[in-house]
Amino acid sequence: MIAFDDVRLVDVSRHFGRRRAVSHVSLRATSGDIIGLLGPNGAGKSTIISLLATLVSPTSGSVTYGGQPAGALGDELRASIGLLAHELYLYPELTARQNLEFFARLYGLDSSRIVEAALIASGLSDRANDEVTGFSRGMRQRLALERALLHQPRLVLMDEPFTGLDDAATGAVGERLRALSAAGAIVILATHDLDLADGLVTRVAVIRNGRLVADEPAASGLRARYRSMVGH
Amino acid sequence: MRPGFVTVALLVLKKDLAIEFKSREIVYTTLFFAVACVMIFSFAFVMEEGVPVQGAAAGILWIAVAFSGTLALGRTFERERYTETLRALLLAPASRSAVYAGKLLGMILMMAATEAVLTPMVAFFFHAPFFARPLLLVALLALGTVGFASVGTLFAAMLVRTRTRDVLLPILLYPVTIPVIIAGVRGTAALLQSPPEEPVATLWIGLLTAFDVVFVTLALWTFEPLMTE
Repeated sequence: MIAFDDVRLVDVSRHFGRRRAVSHVSLRATSGDIIGLLGPNGAGKSTIISLLATLVSPTSGSVTYGGQPAGALGDELRASIGLLAHELYLYPELTARQNLEFFARLYGLDSSRIVEAALIASGLSDRANDEVTGFSRGMRQRLALERALLHQPRLVLMDEPFTGLDDAATGAVGERLRALSAAGAIVILATHDLDLADGLVTRVAVIRNGRLVADEPAASGLRARYRSMVGH
Repeated sequence: MRPGFVTVALLVLKKDLAIEFKSREIVYTTLFFAVACVMIFSFAFVMEEGVPVQGAAAGILWIAVAFSGTLALGRTFERERYTETLRALLLAPASRSAVYAGKLLGMILMMAATEAVLTPMVAFFFHAPFFARPLLLVALLALGTVGFASVGTLFAAMLVRTRTRDVLLPILLYPVTIPVIIAGVRGTAALLQSPPEEPVATLWIGLLTAFDVVFVTLALWTFEPLMTE
């Protein structure tokens, strides 16, 4: 795993054909940050998450990890990145345990110990041998979160991590993200749920039409501030 | 410790087989399609006296292999598309070529299972002495399958997020794999002669080996850049 203390987007743009998903975005996240990437649907939040996850290359600009571009760090960089995307990256035909074991081995981890810990953390120990296809959205979300964190990533990327979770699970995910941040991880979460972001994030980056319109420390009154920037 | 190339390829293969063992979706649909294909050809090419049109068996075997293989390719990647798990595989700190190799191995095994049913069936319906030179036949089928599946797996992965992937896959795949199909058909036809033309079949096996080396090398080399959006 590659240790780095900051991640930077430097004047990054990404076009899909003629559509500009992200336009000239510069952003820096450092160890211990929980950055809320806020914006309406289609603003470009998920594209920024994909750029940071190395799944998408920038059309122009650069993404650096501890000052080094992704290309210079190779495959090993991906061992430092954990991604919970809107799609949960789980195989519905496999059981919860089989899913976690597969991804643990793919990351070269000692699967038995880590998988048991992940099952306990997700609250799914009693359903470990059930196929994921029978799980509710909330259960899948909890399992997917543990899948994303199996390898204790340095950069934690979350795209709408609270989707489908009840209040208790939402609180638990919030606590988990705070603990990761306290342990030195860089946490970036994309959401349009301001109530859940309020009180959790340490900084907010507001995206609108692919452009960064604000990057500032989180403060109270997030909803009113956001409305003034985004307009709804 | 980061898993090596072979470990990752086997992990992906084992995962695909575990899913297929539970759902049996690809094996059943591919087999049904392949068997239906051979049956339809048998109605067209086997005369009323039960005598088949001469020289048709080799072509029919390879057409059934290619069509059912295309169906299996589409379904294999449809699973990865449905939950976007292909992105999870690409996000792992493993060689992306190893992910390709794992998917390719799974595809080869599924096509081999279909061929194990198809070959005796075509031999029966078309009175084709496929098993006069069984080793040469196995070599032709194995090498042809590797060539077809190597290109098919690459194209199916590339097209996984394309809306028209079901149409585009055969349009792209068949022109590129024509050398494989021709070599397979001509080599198999040589084995069906009386007596079997072993030197001709061996020549086509050599050509198939060359195609496979080129196709697999190119696919392993291009998979990573092609899969990065």
